[in-house]
Amino acid sequence: MREQLQVDRIRCDGHALCAELLPEVIALDDWGYPIVKAGTIAPALLEHARQAVAACPVLALTLAQRLEG
Amino acid sequence: MDRLLSGPPLTAGTESYGAHQQRFGLLPAAAARSLIGRLEASNLAGRGGAGFPVGRKWRAVAERANRKGVVLANGAEGEPLSLKDRTIMAARPHLVIDGAVLAADAVGADDIIFYVGAEHQAAEAAMRYALTERSADLRGRARLIQAPRGYVAGEESAAVHFVNAGDARPTITPPRPFERGVGGRPTLVQNVESLAAAALVARGDDAGTSLATLSGAVRRTGVMEIGLDATLAEVAASGGGLVRPVQAVLLGGYFGGWVDINDVWALPLAPGSLRARGHAFGCGVLYFLAEETCGVEATARIIGYLASQSARQCGPCLFGLGAIDAACRRLAARSAQPDDLKRIARWSGQLAGRGACKHPDGATGLLRSALGVFADDYAAHQRGFCVHRAPAVGRPVAMAEAVA
Ligand SMILES: Cc1cc2nc3c(=O)[nH]c(=O)nc-3n(C[C@H](O)[C@H](O)[C@H](O)COP(=O)(O)O)c2cc1C
Ligand code: SF4
Ligand code: SF4
Repeated sequence: MREQLQVDRIRCDGHALCAELLPEVIALDDWGYPIVKAGTIAPALLEHARQAVAACPVLALTLAQRLEG
Repeated sequence: MDRLLSGPPLTAGTESYGAHQQRFGLLPAAAARSLIGRLEASNLAGRGGAGFPVGRKWRAVAERANRKGVVLANGAEGEPLSLKDRTIMAARPHLVIDGAVLAADAVGADDIIFYVGAEHQAAEAAMRYALTERSADLRGRARLIQAPRGYVAGEESAAVHFVNAGDARPTITPPRPFERGVGGRPTLVQNVESLAAAALVARGDDAGTSLATLSGAVRRTGVMEIGLDATLAEVAASGGGLVRPVQAVLLGGYFGGWVDINDVWALPLAPGSLRARGHAFGCGVLYFLAEETCGVEATARIIGYLASQSARQCGPCLFGLGAIDAACRRLAARSAQPDDLKRIARWSGQLAGRGACKHPDGATGLLRSALGVFADDYAAHQRGFCVHRAPAVGRPVAMAEAVA
């Protein structure tokens, strides 16, 4: 299963916890908001991605199934 | 061939239902069934800015609507340099209504909403009167809702949100309006000019013309109907020609981009021809920037406006556009901080796709085009000078005033 991280940009208020837990995929811009690397999550990082999703205090981060393509 | 604005001259005011029917006959009711296919074949592209294929959008709504869909005719027209939507609503309201009724029949909708910008008073009055003229055949299916002021109120999820909850801020998507929109129902959000063009296609026309709003260093500013195979040079000529030498054109409005005049002058404005060069006709704005006017200053004004219009919900849009705005102002005023130019170049590549709506994408797209077309001017401004005779740093005539 290929999964992708999605940020609800209205909810996200730049707590930056996600970037600490998953620096391989999430960088921060100059204001502390996440820049998510394009593409699906490598299997080896999936567990970290789940932790980042769980850690977001405002539930702005989700892992979504990516359809074909 | 009928065109969007053929018939009596615009100065004659609103065309009545009687006059409209005399020109066009009755609405070809049976046409709705085959219309989606014909729209697809016509390649009609949306006229609200994004240029999405109209036929494909109707089909997507039709597949989900189950006779319970909604049509939202978008006449918000928040784009400061555009006048064409209010013009067609004020002059040819029945062509817009024809398109909306055909859309409702074709996709299976029992609710038609005309979402008209609150500041477009003549357009609103004409649309309201036109709706009363045909209230018998509309049988309560149609209503008009005033769109609040502001650039973002015309974005499709914002329009749906406003109709549903009185809040004209965009919502996160998915679900997109064609999946779940007004009242949770599949909703076709379509620009009013796109609907009028669809009404022409329903009558066998090929939708080969488009409305454009001309402004800047051209003799006749305002709305004009142009053939899509016309070149920019031909369009400028029908606008009475240029009044001063021009260095660049703002194509597609504040969400469009600057293009060097030499790169587009001989180019047909057809969507395909522009797309091949990385440009887009967008909502049909053509602003001609005089050689003597500073592009850095003009861009700072546009970015300032767009930053002020952020719905302030998403961090990257609020803070990112805010920071870009501040740096663009300093650059325009020739009092840049050491890294301002480098920073706006970096930021302009970071914001796309990082708002709930495409507001930051539009603003940074415009900025990137400016950094290319006015590269020398930006470098000069970073170093504290401007080569333009009229750097216009004081209070220049606002572009929108130049149009009116
Ligand atoms: C910030 C923003 C503002 C917009 N404002 C308008 C508008 O005023 N009028 C409009 O027709 N479309 C506007 N749009 C585009 C709409 O979201 C939508 O794509 C359009 O109404 C669909 O119609 P069309 O396919 O016929 O162009 C805007 C989009 C964005 C991102
Ligand atoms: S942890 Fe949540 S709120 Fe914080 S930056 Fe990441 S997504 Fe945004
Ligand atoms: S991207 Fe900007 S304009 Fe769009 S919803 Fe977010 S804050 Fe509002």
